[in-house]
Order: sequence, then C-alpha cells, then structure tokens
Amino acid sequence: MEGPKIIFTIPLLGGIPVTETVVNSWFIILAVFIACRLITRRLQKVPSGVQVLAEKYVTMVCKLVDDTMGKNKQRYAPYIGTVFLFSALGSLISLLGCRAVTADLNTTLSWALVTFVMTQWGGIRTKGLLSWLKGFLDPVPVMLPMNIMSELVNPISLSFRHFGNISAGMVITMLIYSGLAALTNIVFQGLLPVPIFQLGLPAILSIYFDVFSGVLQAFIFCMLTMVFVGMATDP
Amino acid sequence: MLERAIVLGASAVGAGIAMIAGLGPGIGQGFAAGKGCEAVGRQPEAQSDITRTMLLGCAVAESTGIYSLVIALILIFMNPLVNML
Repeated sequence: MEGPKIIFTIPLLGGIPVTETVVNSWFIILAVFIACRLITRRLQKVPSGVQVLAEKYVTMVCKLVDDTMGKNKQRYAPYIGTVFLFSALGSLISLLGCRAVTADLNTTLSWALVTFVMTQWGGIRTKGLLSWLKGFLDPVPVMLPMNIMSELVNPISLSFRHFGNISAGMVITMLIYSGLAALTNIVFQGLLPVPIFQLGLPAILSIYFDVFSGVLQAFIFCMLTMVFVGMATDP
Repeated sequence: MLERAIVLGASAVGAGIAMIAGLGPGIGQGFAAGKGCEAVGRQPEAQSDITRTMLLGCAVAESTGIYSLVIALILIFMNPLVNML
C-alpha cells in the first residue's frame, strides 16, 4: 500500500505538497456546490423532482439532530449535514477509481479536531469559563489528569476509527486483487495477458467495504459528534 | 543484512500478533447484535431506533480493533524499527 500521491507542490514556505486526497476533496466540494446551486435555483412551494430528495435529506438531518442532541440545538444541523455528505461522498469516490478521501488520516483528523473545538467551545459557552474549568476537577481533584486525557483521546479515537475502517477496506481489496492476479497466472500459466479472475468477485466485496462501510462510518462520525457536542452543551 | 532480516521478520510477526486484538471487537459486536435481535423480537415497532443504537455501539466497540489494525499497518508499511538500525 502506498500513501496518497503528491500531485503538485505549492512553492511556498519551502514547498507545500498537495496530495491526491486534497485534490479529490476539491472535486467533491465542487460537485456538492454545483449540486446545491442547481437544486436550490428554482424552489417551489410544492416540491417536485430532486427538490423532494433535498428536502428529505434536510428534514432527516434536522430530525436526527433533534432526536440526539435535544431541542434548541438546531444550529448544529448544517454542520452535521455537511460533514455527513462530505464524508459519505469522500468514501464513495473510491467507486470511481479515485483514492478515497477518508483513507487519509489528515482528513479525518481535521474533522475530528473541528468536533473537538466545537465540543470545548460549546462547553465554555454554556457553562461559563470557571465552571467549565471546574468540571475537570469532578468528582475529586485527583481525577484531573484522567479528565484531561479522556477529552484529548476523543478526537484521536474518532479520527482513527474512520481512517482505519476505510483504509482497512482498501488494503483488503488490494490484497484480494493481487491474490486473484496470482491465481490467474497459476491457472493459465501466464498465457492470458488479462487477470480474468479479477472480474466479479471484488465488486461484491466493494458493496461492503466501499458502500456500506463508507456510509456507516460517515453516519457514526456525525452521530458521535452530535453526542459529544450535545453532552458538552447540556446545561 | 541479518539484523535487517530479523527486524523485518519480527515486525511481520508483531503485526500478526497485534491483530489478535480483533477477537475483542468480534465478541463485543456479536454480543451487541444478539441483544439487538432480542430487542427487535420483543419490540418490533422500535426496530429503526434499535438498529441505529446497535450500529453506534458496534462502531464504538470496534475502536480497539481499529487501533491494533493501525499498529499492524504501521509495522508492515512504514516500519519505524528498520530505521533504528
């Protein structure tokens, strides 16, 4: 397995490498942006066509935020909806043969850090700075290092979970591909120029590893974000 | 050369041993799925809620397995021990 390829380097600060991951995420951002513009261009009172789908998605996210975080937390719904869409599409882009955006720790770690900042900032804003700081001394002051650790570990576990699932799928798919190529070589004694056994079987596995796992991890990332932020902002 | 071979071989064995941690999430997720089935059997109308909660619990139970996977990936693909020689 290789890391993401470097497409080009920005000649700034000693060269900033721009990898495949970043370029693929630009494509996703562009696609989502264009789709949003096209769908919301002619909104009607009675929805039809893709507007039904868009409204269904927005209602679903709002309901999910309502159910998980409680009432009057609707201002987090746009972020949750965006992250879900970005993450799901970032995993599903591997169906097109591109490298999955989420199979890179940089991507998932940056989302997890956004969640971390949101959690802490929400805690400070609802509880006030002093009682937020006092929360770290709960239930006894000896627990201070434990409490700090348990906050710091959240983004790490959040990002590693997403990254690990997607890249594990990538590694397993790659192993199966090379195994099938070797099998073709053995059966046909190298007479066939095309590894014919690679047809079919990887597609079935791809349904699990790319489609199911990708969407599930996106959902879980959003769910855990909602749970963390909801717990921190509960008065 | 020999040292390098020993380190590489030991890293491969270590990656294999690290993946023994896959046992834990397997047991945990199986337990969660079994309990989920029981709950659906008792209360079929709450199936969507139960499935959602079960998937969330499964994903959280999976983290230990994922940590071991990350360690195995590091040992195999970007071995830090070889550079120490």
